[in-house]
Amino acid sequence: MSSLMTKSLKVLAGLAVVTGLVAGAPALASGGHAKPLLKAEFSFEGPFGAFDQAELQRGYKVYREVCSSCHSMKLMSFRNLGQKGGPFFDEKYKDNPNDNPVVKQIASEFEVAEIDPETGDETTRKATTSDRFPSPFKNDDAAKASNGGALPPDLSVMAKARHHGPHYIYSLLQGYEPEPVGLTVAPGQHYNVYFPGDLKAQWSGDAHKVPHGGVLAMAPPLTDGRVTFDDGTPSTLKNQAHAVATFLAWTAEPHATERKQTGIAVLLYLAIFFGITYLAYRQVWKGKH
Amino acid sequence: MSDHPSTYSPKTGIEKWLDARLPILRLAYDSFVDYPTPKNLNYWWTFGGILSLCLGIQIITGVILAMHYVPHVDHAFDSLERIRRDVNGGWMIQFIHSNGASMFFFAVYIHMFRGLYYGSYKAPREVLWLLGCVIYFLMIATAFMGYVLPWGQMSYYGAVVITNLIGAIPLVGPSILTWLQGGFSVDQPTLNRFFSLHYLLPFVIAGVVVLHIWALHVCGQNNPTGVEIKSKEDTVPFTPYATVKDGVGMILFLMLFSVFVFFMPDALGHADNYVKANPLQTPAHIVPEWYMLPFYAILRAIPDKLIGVIAMFAAIAVIFALPWLDTSKVKSMRYRPVMRWFFVLFVITCCLLGWCGGQLPEDLVFQLGADSHGTAIGLKVVTLSQILTAYYFSFFLIIMPWIGLKEDPLPVPASISEAVLADHSKH
Repeated sequence: MSSLMTKSLKVLAGLAVVTGLVAGAPALASGGHAKPLLKAEFSFEGPFGAFDQAELQRGYKVYREVCSSCHSMKLMSFRNLGQKGGPFFDEKYKDNPNDNPVVKQIASEFEVAEIDPETGDETTRKATTSDRFPSPFKNDDAAKASNGGALPPDLSVMAKARHHGPHYIYSLLQGYEPEPVGLTVAPGQHYNVYFPGDLKAQWSGDAHKVPHGGVLAMAPPLTDGRVTFDDGTPSTLKNQAHAVATFLAWTAEPHATERKQTGIAVLLYLAIFFGITYLAYRQVWKGKH
Repeated sequence: MSDHPSTYSPKTGIEKWLDARLPILRLAYDSFVDYPTPKNLNYWWTFGGILSLCLGIQIITGVILAMHYVPHVDHAFDSLERIRRDVNGGWMIQFIHSNGASMFFFAVYIHMFRGLYYGSYKAPREVLWLLGCVIYFLMIATAFMGYVLPWGQMSYYGAVVITNLIGAIPLVGPSILTWLQGGFSVDQPTLNRFFSLHYLLPFVIAGVVVLHIWALHVCGQNNPTGVEIKSKEDTVPFTPYATVKDGVGMILFLMLFSVFVFFMPDALGHADNYVKANPLQTPAHIVPEWYMLPFYAILRAIPDKLIGVIAMFAAIAVIFALPWLDTSKVKSMRYRPVMRWFFVLFVITCCLLGWCGGQLPEDLVFQLGADSHGTAIGLKVVTLSQILTAYYFSFFLIIMPWIGLKEDPLPVPASISEAVLADHSKH
């Protein structure tokens, strides 16, 4: 009886702990009633997932030609593009991505602000691989002034700063729909079914049928054919959204693939170590209980 | 154990020389090699060793992180990202440290529930239990201040909500609040002092851990039967028996730890903490880390702010009083047929409180119908939290003392050896 009870207690306690952990992981954040995100498959998901280099290159192109005209990416340097796992990584320059000619070429296409040491005047120079991605606006106020008062957020860790980040970005970019009749959208605002928000105040229709989503200041950035992919991938809205979501997932954690690979080695090591220790345990305790 | 004479005999000349001057090797030998351990300890007892491992991991990774972290409101967030991106192995160290906090609490909760179930707080182990409570309280303080350091949205607003609780104290509250924050809001001085204290407290914890182990070695370990050690037959030497068993537990624990660090490092965190703190933009939903959610639920279960704060602190304080609230003569709940069901209910209550802490108070747990306006009605999260809070306190203040007097315990084995033999004959 007692041993049975102990066993059931063990199971219960184990369950309780797991429940605690799971319930703790806050998958919650209500607030808005956005439409469930679009289903998408990404190569980097799962314990063995890795970034697809060709897609990272396409994603970089979308970011550079479209996103970067309003959004900064202050945590990224050009050299990151050539590091292991990056869009332009080349085995030949694995020791120093700063030598990677593709990365050098990309950096040289940008101008960055500098103070002339002779005169103290503000000047500019060609960017080098060690420079951060230049921001599109001089400061936040300038960014707001050019964007109808809204500040386009920095995109460096955007894929981690939203729940289900890559899926959210992928969905949001495809979520611009014509606003339903009865919804008042202010000038400079755009209706998006995946944007978290509460549209009750702007809705004049049936109170039980408030539309999904919210309104945001960003105009639909991507359309079919907006970016021409060099590798011949069809430039559909879906492909562009998928590529840039992949690129942003990478910039949010450039070491993610290395992390998972290390993890597999660590778990293998621990599994072997466990086997040996468990055998030692059986040996030591033989006849003791 | 105090009544266990030292069996250490120095072998080499150096050992003899040192033993006559500072018998530190003798202490280590008596504490971790020859120390008599009850031979019936189960795997729940490996969490003490696991917790020492957690503290060690947190201190080592923390010291390295402090070499790269910048405690400044303008740079803290970016410095963390720099650690993850540019510092060699920084991503691993940072993820081990942030997930390590969760693992530490996961282990401490199991350790505490184990102590509760097997009556490890009862005489003569009251001081041992009190020291454990002190460690737990210091852990909460350390974890809270550590969570502020990345200076993300949740860091900042967590600090705002928690420090402002102090402001609820009548008369002196606002002054203490200003003193604590180092100003009139959570800002640079707050971040700086939290960094300083977050570095200091783990070493205080380490000191109390030494006292905790000392107290443990004075009374000896409790065991699943709750019967004290009667003879040498009841025990095995700590090494190799407990060492190898702890080793098995630690490796399994490290495997769970690794799954989080390497495959889901952000699963226990909050997406908003990847947004730099912005004092002008309050997040829609402020929640603490998972291990604080039950207390957060108790805080929000009570409509009055001051009473809520008192209840939250009382929920921790009542654990300190446990040795004097339990009236039962039997330690282990193995032999307490009524009490153990209240224990199960208590564990479930704690988990559900944790769940409630992560929800919005006005949300519904389940819907029963709709009122005349078509608004859904049902059990609100806040109502459930109130019921659970009532049980939480009743468990300690009413059930513990009352059941202890009323319950007819099952027969307790005469000794640990007898219990082990009886268990064998059953299999």
